[in-house]
Amino acid sequence: METHFIVHDKADTVGVMVVENAQPGRELTGWIMETDETIAIKALDAVPLGHKIALKEIQPGDTVLKYGHDVGRAVAAIGKGNHVHVHNMKTKRW
Amino acid sequence: MGRYQFLGYRRENGRVGIRNHVVILPLDDLSNAAAEAVANNIKGTLALPHAYGRLQFGEDLELHFRTLIGTGSNPNVAACVVIGIEPGWTGRIVDGIAKTGKPVAGFAIEGNGDITTIANASRKAREFVQWASEKQRETCSIEELFVSTKCGESDTTSGLGSCPTVGNLIDKLDPLGATTCFGETSELTGAEVVCASRAATKEIGDKFMQVFRAYQVVIERHKTSDLSESQPTKGNIAGGLTTIEEKAFGNFQKIGKKAEFIDVLKPAEAPAKGPGLYYMDTSSAAAECVTLQAAAGFVVHLFPTGQGNVIGNPIEPVIKLTANPKTARTMSEHIDLDVSGILRREMTMDQAGDQLIEIMLRTCNGRLTCAEALGHREFVMTKLYQSA
Repeated sequence: METHFIVHDKADTVGVMVVENAQPGRELTGWIMETDETIAIKALDAVPLGHKIALKEIQPGDTVLKYGHDVGRAVAAIGKGNHVHVHNMKTKRW
Repeated sequence: MGRYQFLGYRRENGRVGIRNHVVILPLDDLSNAAAEAVANNIKGTLALPHAYGRLQFGEDLELHFRTLIGTGSNPNVAACVVIGIEPGWTGRIVDGIAKTGKPVAGFAIEGNGDITTIANASRKAREFVQWASEKQRETCSIEELFVSTKCGESDTTSGLGSCPTVGNLIDKLDPLGATTCFGETSELTGAEVVCASRAATKEIGDKFMQVFRAYQVVIERHKTSDLSESQPTKGNIAGGLTTIEEKAFGNFQKIGKKAEFIDVLKPAEAPAKGPGLYYMDTSSAAAECVTLQAAAGFVVHLFPTGQGNVIGNPIEPVIKLTANPKTARTMSEHIDLDVSGILRREMTMDQAGDQLIEIMLRTCNGRLTCAEALGHREFVMTKLYQSA
């Protein structure tokens, strides 16, 4: 079975697309590296290779978790299956 | 040869190199033309032109000397000709390199002019290159190998695949007594506390945090924005990295899961505590970082890339690996090891680490890296502040 996205850690709220050309509406298969679990999610956006997809609803101001760690904050409402990047997420530093 | 042995050049001071360069080293910007003329006259020599060396002072000047002396002293360099505008500082570089026991000679331009200097230096370079060309490789073991790492044009595939592949190698080679080095101070922002926890002692962790905070002060003083498009770079962002924190945790995968760092080095400072993993305070710009690591005596470099940074170094071979299938496909001439199979779950991290060890040892034995074959020789001195 093809893996469309990979998640570093069970606690993460985003996964990383590892295939090119994932279109909205498609059912995607994900692999959680830490626990070797398989999960499924429906993409709401076209998420490019290497870009992040939200694994749950994320509210503005919420911390985004990747590698099981704080990697920044949401600056817009993000739905499960949305593309997560500079348009809806920012650093907490600098 | 045993599994973790390789064929290297054992130098006068016992250190082991994997290349056999005769370097023509300019002390300063003014001496580049003469150094390049000598390298043009004498085949098999290598000039290292750079932009600095005049009116520097304090710690910045010390770093200039440490970088040049360290570069000439690197075991990948068999012999060295130094050319400077005047004899005083030229002699300081020569004396520093001479401590290794390798052949080194200095030439000053003032009072001679370029043409006489080039003639005299070319005669010495001819002598050195013929001498070096008779050096033979011999069997060396992994505890004699100094390996550095730094990643560039990272994307999310770096944190998923190529950086943890380097980490897997470090976890395997650290217990065998290899000497390894990572750096990139600003690029640990967000992961600094986790990084400090990987120090061998609390004292070393505190030393790391001091270096980390000093870099943050520099950034706070000079920044005009949140550094978006500089750190992360535009390439990082195109590749899906959104914040410095996210980039930092990907970068940090390079030191693996087990190894602890045993000291915090100044830029270009040679390790002095024996085998193990070292942290060096460096910029995160690829050529600056690798130049500093080479000057500290590291002889082979592991460079994970996501979007396809093409960097090389004139004296320290740079091995590039990527887990990004698109980069592996579109930039294949730059990629020594494709680990994109990790993302397709066709390759385990353990297999990827073993493949990286194999390509590293083949490189040590003499196989040219992609960057060497393509002529990438980025030699970039780090400058700490304005000249006087």
